[in-house]
Amino acid sequence: MGMINSILLAESLPVQTWTYILVGITFTLYIGIAIWSRAGSTKEFYVAGGGVSPLANGMATAADWMSAASFISMAGIISFAGYDGAVYLMGWTGGYVLLALLLAPYLRKFGKFTVPDFIGDRYYSNTARLVGVICALLVSFTYVAGQMRGVGLVFSRFLEVDINTGVIIGMLIVLFYAVLGGMKGITYTQVAQYCVLIFAFMVPAIFISIQMTGNPIPQLGFGSELADGSGTFLLDKLDGLSTDLGFAEYTEGTKSLVDIFAITLALMVGTAGLPHVIVRFFTVKRVKDARKSAGIALLLIVILYSTAPAVAAFARTNMIETLSNQSYATAPEWFRKWETTGLITFTDKNNDGLIQYVADKNQNELVVDNDIMVLANPEIAELPNWVIALVAAGALAAALSTAAGLLLVISASVSHDLIKKIVNPKISEKNELVAARLSSVVAVCVAGYFGINPPGFVAATVALAFGLAAASFFPAIILGIFYKRMNKEGAIAGMIVGIVSMLYYMLKYKLGWFDDVLPSKSEWWFGISPEGFGSVAMLLNFMVSITIMKFTPAPPQEVQEIVERIRIPSGAGEATH
Amino acid sequence: MTESKSKAYWKENIRYLFILLAVWFLVSFVAGIMLKDVLNDFRLGGFKLGFWFAQQGSMYVFVILIFIYVRLMNKLDKKYGYDK
Repeated sequence: MGMINSILLAESLPVQTWTYILVGITFTLYIGIAIWSRAGSTKEFYVAGGGVSPLANGMATAADWMSAASFISMAGIISFAGYDGAVYLMGWTGGYVLLALLLAPYLRKFGKFTVPDFIGDRYYSNTARLVGVICALLVSFTYVAGQMRGVGLVFSRFLEVDINTGVIIGMLIVLFYAVLGGMKGITYTQVAQYCVLIFAFMVPAIFISIQMTGNPIPQLGFGSELADGSGTFLLDKLDGLSTDLGFAEYTEGTKSLVDIFAITLALMVGTAGLPHVIVRFFTVKRVKDARKSAGIALLLIVILYSTAPAVAAFARTNMIETLSNQSYATAPEWFRKWETTGLITFTDKNNDGLIQYVADKNQNELVVDNDIMVLANPEIAELPNWVIALVAAGALAAALSTAAGLLLVISASVSHDLIKKIVNPKISEKNELVAARLSSVVAVCVAGYFGINPPGFVAATVALAFGLAAASFFPAIILGIFYKRMNKEGAIAGMIVGIVSMLYYMLKYKLGWFDDVLPSKSEWWFGISPEGFGSVAMLLNFMVSITIMKFTPAPPQEVQEIVERIRIPSGAGEATH
Repeated sequence: MTESKSKAYWKENIRYLFILLAVWFLVSFVAGIMLKDVLNDFRLGGFKLGFWFAQQGSMYVFVILIFIYVRLMNKLDKKYGYDK
């Protein structure tokens, strides 16, 4: 007790000590939970035994979903994009409406372990299953590399260890609880991780909202008058500051309407098609639990997602006011600290010793990385050291929980869909569990490798993961449930056309693989960016599926009966092989 | 008998989906994107209304929609005896 008291009272404790304490406590907690909830059967390994409560599943889904990108990068991106940032807010939450209404209840009733399971059984074909496995692996690997990188970055910035050491520490932790606990271990660590990450995100947001507007609720503070007595609304002030510096108005944005529409749709549909999110709904007991836990998950996600745009507006206002046209020599301490990490750079182009931050690229002297807005926000607002350390623990919780969920999809795809269902159906339960654990070890190593040696296209990968999920799984699952006549020929052709067109567009217009120089925006089809192309690829999938289906035989009677059965919620047995 | 029962259940379910998804589309794609500039002439405190729908309002409506769906479907399940 004496020791705890002295820690709580020690306000002068440096940030780094605080970070070690908080990260140490949370990591011990995760490992303890993993030991307590280790998996004994394949059913526990893949779907946590199928008896998770809707509340626990909602919390786990929220942590699973909110990645390093949601926690660290999203508010920063919105901060610089203004209105345009809404594509992420609406896209990454609106997908849950689709998930809850169109997918989760039926997939739960279907009662299998994985998404390729559904594709393979509904389309009575191991070819369809294999296409499903390939899509699941592509989506999950592109996504997980970014998470490991996020873990490494947080370690290096807050604990001043080498980035690669950070990635390896993160790998060991995830390895420990994903391999030991499987879905069961992951579920209960994710519940704890949700609590850590939401607390870590909200505390600084509330502090800053009070500082700037006097309102403790960031969602309201964001639309309130400034606390400086000027009587000006925060957003009006920010619009004015932005236009003064030559930027577009904060509340207006710069992207075209058609592109905003396409990106939002692609992110929504991609969210609903992500295997690591879908599989969480296999872990609850009944169909009604699947519906309810989707609602709880979205509620818990929206707590963070509705706070992020407030943080974005506060941070942007704060940053402009603190730095714009200020003397570099008297810049605050945090500025120097983040400058050494290379995330803030200042070049005094006109040698006047002042920081010019303007829209015109030739005159602008300040470049600020997106990620700083959340990571450095507590320092910019001069919050206590423990709050700064809390942000590090929260960012790690967000990255680790998502990485673990993705690794489980990868290992289940290999051990269950590939080995058990295609290569060696006679494998014993015990050996399948061994295979599942081994494949998660391999998956962690591959993810760690990409974390240490990030491929040049990391920036493109998240957009690619969503685009691929939108272009492949979403149409195949929707048609499988809502269109009894849909057959294997249509579904397979649709998925292949969807993925290939998505990959082609991404490689051509995002990475410039097919031309000497990256094609300009004016060459985009219908003015749609690679990030938004998932919507077009999804439509292509639907059209190809339906056209091919018209010319090929209807699915066999027993498959049509499966479709009849999944539409009725009662009698959802436990998930089986 | 059971077949017509399951058909009727499915039909009601589809009707709910259409209504709820229409609202989903309205608050995000219509209010937050297509009509944003028009709605921005109106204000909600310090927010321009179109901007508010895009960065706040649509998300709140999404959460409410799912909970309405949960209630409607629990009732529908009971009505058709599918709640066991």
